[in-house]
Amino acid sequence: MMTLGFSDEELQAILLTLKVATVATLGALPIGIALGWLLARKRFPGRALLDGLVHLPLVLPPVVTGYLLLVAFGRQGWIGAWLAEHLGIVFSFRWTGAALASAVMGLPLMVRAIRLAIESIDRRYEHAAATLGAPPAIAFFTITLPLAAPGIVAGAVLCFAKALGEFGATITFVSAIPGETQTLAAALYALTQTPGADAAAWRLTAVAIAVSIAALMASEWLARRVSRQLKGSV
Amino acid sequence: MAASTRIDIDVTLRRPGFTLDFRLVGNFGALALFGRSGSGKSTVLSLIAGLLRPDRGHIRVGGVTLVDTAQRVFVAPHRRHVGLVFQDSALFPHFDVRGNLRYAKRFGHSDAGDAGGSEAERTGLALDFDEVVGLLGLAPLLSRRPATLSGGERQRVAIGRALLSAPRLLLFDEPLASLDAARKLEILPYILRLREQAGVPIVYVSHAADEVARVADAVAVIDAGSLQALGPPGEVLAPAWARGAGGFAAVSVIEARVRDYDEAYGLTLFDHPAGMIALPGRIGRSGEPHRFVIRATDVALAVQRPRDVSFRTVLSGTIESIERDPGPIARIDIRLPGDERIVALITRKAVDDLAIDTGDRIFAMVKATALDERSLAR
Repeated sequence: MMTLGFSDEELQAILLTLKVATVATLGALPIGIALGWLLARKRFPGRALLDGLVHLPLVLPPVVTGYLLLVAFGRQGWIGAWLAEHLGIVFSFRWTGAALASAVMGLPLMVRAIRLAIESIDRRYEHAAATLGAPPAIAFFTITLPLAAPGIVAGAVLCFAKALGEFGATITFVSAIPGETQTLAAALYALTQTPGADAAAWRLTAVAIAVSIAALMASEWLARRVSRQLKGSV
Repeated sequence: MAASTRIDIDVTLRRPGFTLDFRLVGNFGALALFGRSGSGKSTVLSLIAGLLRPDRGHIRVGGVTLVDTAQRVFVAPHRRHVGLVFQDSALFPHFDVRGNLRYAKRFGHSDAGDAGGSEAERTGLALDFDEVVGLLGLAPLLSRRPATLSGGERQRVAIGRALLSAPRLLLFDEPLASLDAARKLEILPYILRLREQAGVPIVYVSHAADEVARVADAVAVIDAGSLQALGPPGEVLAPAWARGAGGFAAVSVIEARVRDYDEAYGLTLFDHPAGMIALPGRIGRSGEPHRFVIRATDVALAVQRPRDVSFRTVLSGTIESIERDPGPIARIDIRLPGDERIVALITRKAVDDLAIDTGDRIFAMVKATALDERSLAR
């Protein structure tokens, strides 16, 4: 069956990619905010180490990251086995694994943006909230988080974009099973290796370009809206 | 009603290139911390508010220990019930004025009393939302965003916000420093009114002598991180000149009582043991004490009772001291009856031309338009 000129397999890959990128971004968001805040506002032993660990996927070959994920989160992995047994969460060779790999790869970009946003907030706003009687958690959610919103949006978009194109870590960790873990990038790669699949490759390329442009435009619009709300101009 | 509270500070804070070693004890209604920028006065405020931790020492306000390193006590800023008005107001940009005020109202009372102390000491001042809006004239601003407010309006909202958090103590960190002269005149009356009506003790940090003289009952002079002098504004501020804290900032503070209002000329006349003070407008009631802040640069001198001059305010006294250095300006300290002093800055040439000397009788003249007054309703 063909829908909008796409084959079932192609459509599956597109929808899967969107699902993986969305889940990866949403899953990474709370962790990204927590890490961004920790690195921006707190001084603690091991801070430099944490900073390095967060940024590691950015500089490590993606295949290495994927392999480490496989070792840790695979069925036999020390975390993966525990998760499967106690929480019933399985990553290996599932789309959830693709989302995990994308989240890990996107996290450094997200944390960077959020950390910069929080660092640029005048500490006086947080001090004012404290002297007005707001406990630290309330001050965080009512002052820090809203003021960092443009940076958080930017970080989420970067993470989403990274997840859309993630290839190396994903294919190493969860392979490329059509309908389960074969995302757009993996499907496109498979097509380029198949003789006579040029037309299909071009279709996916067009989709990739369209999705990327849409994501960029959406992020522009969202960022404008958030900063307008923040500044309160009518 | 003007409230007062016991403030007991003994702290040390070391930073690279700066050491604060500050001790201050007493009962204060409106205390000013006066000093040059970098003297450590704002640091003291941050320590009281809990935004900084001292390396050593304690701070107690109204019998409540806010921090004591020996007892390992540190009350978190949100539990101190100490309101702080920042120099640049620090209004939350993502809330409108109403939202900023409500924020304080909402969290201000949330955990009253965690800092310990007796019931009366724990409960801060509880002003109504509408009362604060009325006191500071905020009604027309409520639905505006901070970015659309003028500097003066922003500072009024910041004061209202601090008040609504039900503080036991209200701290002002150079609240007028970022405003121009006209805006200062706009805000100052609100701060004075607040002091008399809101019933909350205040600590006011500033480097402007005339501002401090009008707001404070007691002035603590701070320099290089330690207390240099403590006393009423009239005693402490006048020698500021000798200390070199901005030569032309010297002010005198004198008290006088309302005699009556001259309907025909629209002047209020005040009795002072040294003479009469005339001020434009109808001010206070007969017999009411008022405090005047007179800048030394606004005082002219005459050796005989002046006749054909326009000055209506003439105070007679005796020259206590004449200070002159090689510069063109000399400082004359005049003792007035009633144990008050007035300081005049005049040219060294004038001193020589008039041939005045210590112990001489002298008449100090002040233009009515140069007089600042504040009510002393106590």
